[in-house]
Amino acid sequence: MSTSRESILSAIRKNKPDLLPLPDKFTFESNYPDVLEQYQQTLQMIGGTVEVVPDLPTVSQRIGELFPNFKEVTVTIPDLRYLADVDLENITDPHELEDINLAIIPGRYGVAENGAIWVTEQEMKQRALPFITQHLVLVIRAETIVPNMHEAYERIQVDETGFGTFIAGPSKTADIEQSLVVGAHGARSLVVFIIK
Amino acid sequence: MSQHTLDHAAASEVFNRDEPRVDWHDETLWWVRQKRDRASKGIPEWEDLREAASRIKHHVLSNMDVLLETFERNAQNNGVTVHWAANAQEHNEIIHSLLAKKGIDRMIKSKSMLTEECHLNDFLRSKGIEVIDTDLGERIVQLRQEPPSHIVLPAIHLKKSDVGDTFHEHLGTEKGATDPQYLTEAARQHLRETFLTRRAALTGVNFAIAETGGFVVCTNEGNADMGAHLSEIHIASMGFEKIIPKAEHLGVFLRLLTRSATGQPVTAYSSHFHRPRPGQEMHIVIVDNGRSTQLGREDFRNSLKCIRCGACMNTCPVYRRSGGHSYHNAVAGPIGSILAPNLDMRKNADLPFASTLCGSCSNVCPVKIDIHDQLYKWRQVLAKEGYVGGMKKTSLQLAAKVLASPTLFKLSFNTARAVLRMAPWAANNPLNAWSIHRELPDAPKESFRQWYEKNRK
Repeated sequence: MSTSRESILSAIRKNKPDLLPLPDKFTFESNYPDVLEQYQQTLQMIGGTVEVVPDLPTVSQRIGELFPNFKEVTVTIPDLRYLADVDLENITDPHELEDINLAIIPGRYGVAENGAIWVTEQEMKQRALPFITQHLVLVIRAETIVPNMHEAYERIQVDETGFGTFIAGPSKTADIEQSLVVGAHGARSLVVFIIK
Repeated sequence: MSQHTLDHAAASEVFNRDEPRVDWHDETLWWVRQKRDRASKGIPEWEDLREAASRIKHHVLSNMDVLLETFERNAQNNGVTVHWAANAQEHNEIIHSLLAKKGIDRMIKSKSMLTEECHLNDFLRSKGIEVIDTDLGERIVQLRQEPPSHIVLPAIHLKKSDVGDTFHEHLGTEKGATDPQYLTEAARQHLRETFLTRRAALTGVNFAIAETGGFVVCTNEGNADMGAHLSEIHIASMGFEKIIPKAEHLGVFLRLLTRSATGQPVTAYSSHFHRPRPGQEMHIVIVDNGRSTQLGREDFRNSLKCIRCGACMNTCPVYRRSGGHSYHNAVAGPIGSILAPNLDMRKNADLPFASTLCGSCSNVCPVKIDIHDQLYKWRQVLAKEGYVGGMKKTSLQLAAKVLASPTLFKLSFNTARAVLRMAPWAANNPLNAWSIHRELPDAPKESFRQWYEKNRK
């Protein structure tokens, strides 16, 4: 194995071109008149639902209305834990999440240009959770929405936890005749609550 | 898979027998190309982003060994095992040994063009290991025992009725059902059971970050994540050119990738893997398989800048009208046609000719690869190395002689004109491939030279 390593690296050293510098300029500003408005528009365009709410109790109330009588609900926001009937503390094997219907998770940052929300292992507790759940609710604060991906990466430390992901809308596919179908393998729907 | 024995021109002819279907294929891909245009025009700094991406990739090519060693060290510190594979065979053997060590005989896989390039599925099947592809398009073509025809849209050559027939046969959906929503739901149910029961997952790598030793996998379906997070062993296969220096460079590439590919602002999931979850094994296989050779070809090394968005395919007038399978290579279309001859010149000598050299591919490429220039240059290399077929070579050599001699030129054109006037069937016949889709014009009575000599006073 180490012999291949050496042979690959020495072939690369022999064949690579002379060193070229990295560009100085590779980040750009996006000047949206209203970042919150832009975020909402983009998320709706990619199949997500978005609501701006004043506080967590309103989030709780809206979840009750949008997902009435849902069973197999799990929550990783401490103040909303009472909405859950599945306690993640008791789950060690991610396969036990197979019947989860609704997961309610906080997001770190929202990105106005593409609707994505950065969520790390710390917020999701179980890496499989935002994917295996049938429906996903993400909750972010309005002031954490940045205009574009350059600014998102300025704020994020990608290796702070072992896993982090940008989630942009529900899971989708267009592999059958380019017809968009929402609900491929991951969550069938995404609702984002923005607390402002 | 009979296409594999035909060259691009012959396979295209087969593809073109069903004209309405070709029209549909052509229009569908052009529609994707138009979505890409709309998405790129929403970003005022689009051209600057392309330039930045191109320059980052040029740096990567010139600093490849250092970046890979940095990546390896950081990944190891993260608790990830790093393997190096000089070629496809070694890549496949590494994966087999990792599975064998754990006594695993069933694996799931999300999209990885590298594993197509290495023919991993066939290899593992020969060792008694079942592989199930989980990307919907890839699962469809896998059930049909076909290769993907497009790197981003693997089943773009199929109609929903084809998918309906395939799912009826393999997944027990209703006969004649063609509703994409219904068919996708059937695949979701079928694959969900698979995700929950497989212990090993293989994913591709979109970007590997030298600075942090992590890697990013982008999907719309969530299949890479479903597989990886439920598995006890996650193996990620990457061609070594997937490395980028720093996490902050991801901003450039993630802004370009999906907009170029499908016109979406970003994929539904852009997942950043750095450490295995507790109790899980995580492995990365870094693959060469001809890439270091390509790095040494000055005219062609820029093909290694590719981020596999597929924009060059969607825009290509030849790809749209000949279909991905005509290219008999894991990566089809313009980019595939400059990568493939590096892997095997004899087998892929036809591919650089599968182009009109219109340059549309280079214009849409998010990392500014000079694709059409490279197609042109490959033709010359292939001719010099003796891989260009007899007819093309003989006729071009003859043309070179005729064009170099004024006497021969005059004689041959006078003859040609006479023949065309008196016996047009001699040129417009099925033996002349050029005339299959074209008609020669009526020949004038005299040439310009003859007219000029008569009228020069």
